[in-house]
Amino acid sequence: MKKFSLKKIILFIVIVFLPIKPSIAVETIEPIKINWSFKGLTGKFDRPSLQRGFQVYKEVCSSCHSMQYLSYRNLGEQGGPEFSLEEVKAIAASLEVIDGPDSQGEMFTRPGRPSDRFVSPYPNVNASMAANGGAYPPDMSVLVKARTGGSNYIYSILMGYEEVPEGFNLDDGVYYNKYMSGKKIKMSSPLSNEIIEYTDGTQATVDQMAKDVTTFLSWAAEPELEARHKTGVKVLVYLILLTTLVYLSMKRIWSRIDSEI
Amino acid sequence: MSDHEYVPKSKAGKWFNDRLPLLSLASHLTDYPTPKNLNYWWTFGGILTFCLLTQIITGIVLAMHYVAHADLAFGSVEHIMRDVNYGWLIRYVHSNGASMFFLAVYIHIFRSLFYGSYKSPREVIWIIGLMIYLLMMAAAFMGYVLPWGQMSFWGATVITNLFSAIPLIGDSITTWLWGAYSVDNPTLNRFFSLHYLIPFLIVGLVVLHIWALHIPGNNNPIGIDVKKPSKDTVPFHPYITIKDGFALLMFMIIFSGFVFFAPNVLGHSDNYIQANPMVTPAHIVPEWYLLPFYAILRSVPDKLGGVILMFGSILILFVLPWLDTSKVRSAVFRPIYKQFYWIFLINVLMLGYMGAMPAEGIYLVCSRVGTVYYFLHFLVVMPVLGFLEKTDPIPMSISDPVLSGSVEPSLAKKDNEKI
Repeated sequence: MKKFSLKKIILFIVIVFLPIKPSIAVETIEPIKINWSFKGLTGKFDRPSLQRGFQVYKEVCSSCHSMQYLSYRNLGEQGGPEFSLEEVKAIAASLEVIDGPDSQGEMFTRPGRPSDRFVSPYPNVNASMAANGGAYPPDMSVLVKARTGGSNYIYSILMGYEEVPEGFNLDDGVYYNKYMSGKKIKMSSPLSNEIIEYTDGTQATVDQMAKDVTTFLSWAAEPELEARHKTGVKVLVYLILLTTLVYLSMKRIWSRIDSEI
Repeated sequence: MSDHEYVPKSKAGKWFNDRLPLLSLASHLTDYPTPKNLNYWWTFGGILTFCLLTQIITGIVLAMHYVAHADLAFGSVEHIMRDVNYGWLIRYVHSNGASMFFLAVYIHIFRSLFYGSYKSPREVIWIIGLMIYLLMMAAAFMGYVLPWGQMSFWGATVITNLFSAIPLIGDSITTWLWGAYSVDNPTLNRFFSLHYLIPFLIVGLVVLHIWALHIPGNNNPIGIDVKKPSKDTVPFHPYITIKDGFALLMFMIIFSGFVFFAPNVLGHSDNYIQANPMVTPAHIVPEWYLLPFYAILRSVPDKLGGVILMFGSILILFVLPWLDTSKVRSAVFRPIYKQFYWIFLINVLMLGYMGAMPAEGIYLVCSRVGTVYYFLHFLVVMPVLGFLEKTDPIPMSISDPVLSGSVEPSLAKKDNEKI
């Protein structure tokens, strides 16, 4: 009665559960797959790309999107863009931070410090919605983790602006983007060729900027990624060695007993 | 319990042991005679203990940094991920640990179903185990609410709303559970409190679970009673400890794979969006380990009916030892039950898949068929099989080889009953 062997059951489980995608696509197309440098067991961020990506964020995205869980000091930390301390100080100082109240009970502005959180473009969510036709530009701190498809999805959205197909109705302030659910998005195409000038001389094509800023946002969402991969490899090597030793000891101990294990 | 009376060698040990026999307990635990033919499906008890301790230890540290407030909870989780030393590791171990805990508990339960470990004289072990499982689900559900993401909020809304299906007093009960007129800050606060409490209740039940186990001793793959201690048993230490340790390490390798290389695949991306009562996600899905029950809930068009069937699907397990009329424990000697077992397992997996799909069209039809079959398995198949099935010959002991025809099945059965 070996109709169902263990192998078959496991195969069945794999077949059934592999295709599970919690949300069912409502006429969305699969995002473009990019071979990101930070994927895989030993994946790392491309440092120059992170620095360029920050420039794109600062000069383009940050006029609407906040990034409230990051601090300027993070930009100099290991595993991130790794700007030098001087650069981090300069970046922070270029922004006005509201502080206070002072001894007179007044709020005041001062230049930013590395310990400050990223300055938000709007004082609150309602203000951001009022300024953007009723749509809230989502906070970008964990945006990559908050979207099915992650980095590929963010990159695809940036690349997904196309001519509106004939017969496709769009309201005012709504744009066509083939990777968006329903193909409609309230953000106009944020990138165009040479919209910024990269400080490292790289040519600022839309594709280049999309890749750079996606890399930056992926780091922002998972600043621990490099440390996690590095520790993970060590942990796995250690566990596999220990498991082997324990397996050999087990064989030895059980050899005293006339039983299979 | 062990037959010999343990006497500590040292005078101090004897003095202490006479007052609190902890050393006797330790001796009992190390000598505990265990059937020597236990396979790897038996290692999940130890693995589950490891899971519970891991959740408690990581949870205590997380609670030192977490803020249970509707406005601050989401941000405090990001604070843990970014600013707390190794906070990301502790949180990922805790969140993936929940999934690994359930993976292990499901294997543990299905092992019991296959080898008939729930049957006499182990009914109480089984029932305590189910109580642990119920508490685990409550703890996991409340824990999932704490990060206060979109799935947290809406999952909590869906589940707490189930209680409103109770006639007459349902709405009052729901309001009472919330502490407000919707899922809100008071709900989050009490969930945090209960989430911290439940694991310690589980620890208490685990002690009872193991205590109850040590009265009749372990069941084993061939399901016969074993004389203890005898050549059919080995002392728990070192034989079972080393084997459990090996299995635990294998389990930890898989666990680490998730924690370090795919920490978010088992979660839902929507939970990285802060809870927003004004925006409902397109699909509200629970964590994977609750999906089969979610499918049962949604398969009934009537809300109250769905709630009754969902709770019924778990409560029916409590009476399983009495629904199963077969005297033979292990499915190894039950050719027909063995096939029904696999069909049941596939049915549960199928229900889990349907729980992740929208409740419409073919998915709904499959959920309904699966739900009906789930109950048929317990209410019809299990009681009837015991009378109709012709079981295979059972060996007299673990060490004795099974000579086909050497023992009449009826004889072996009688022998089993006697013991």
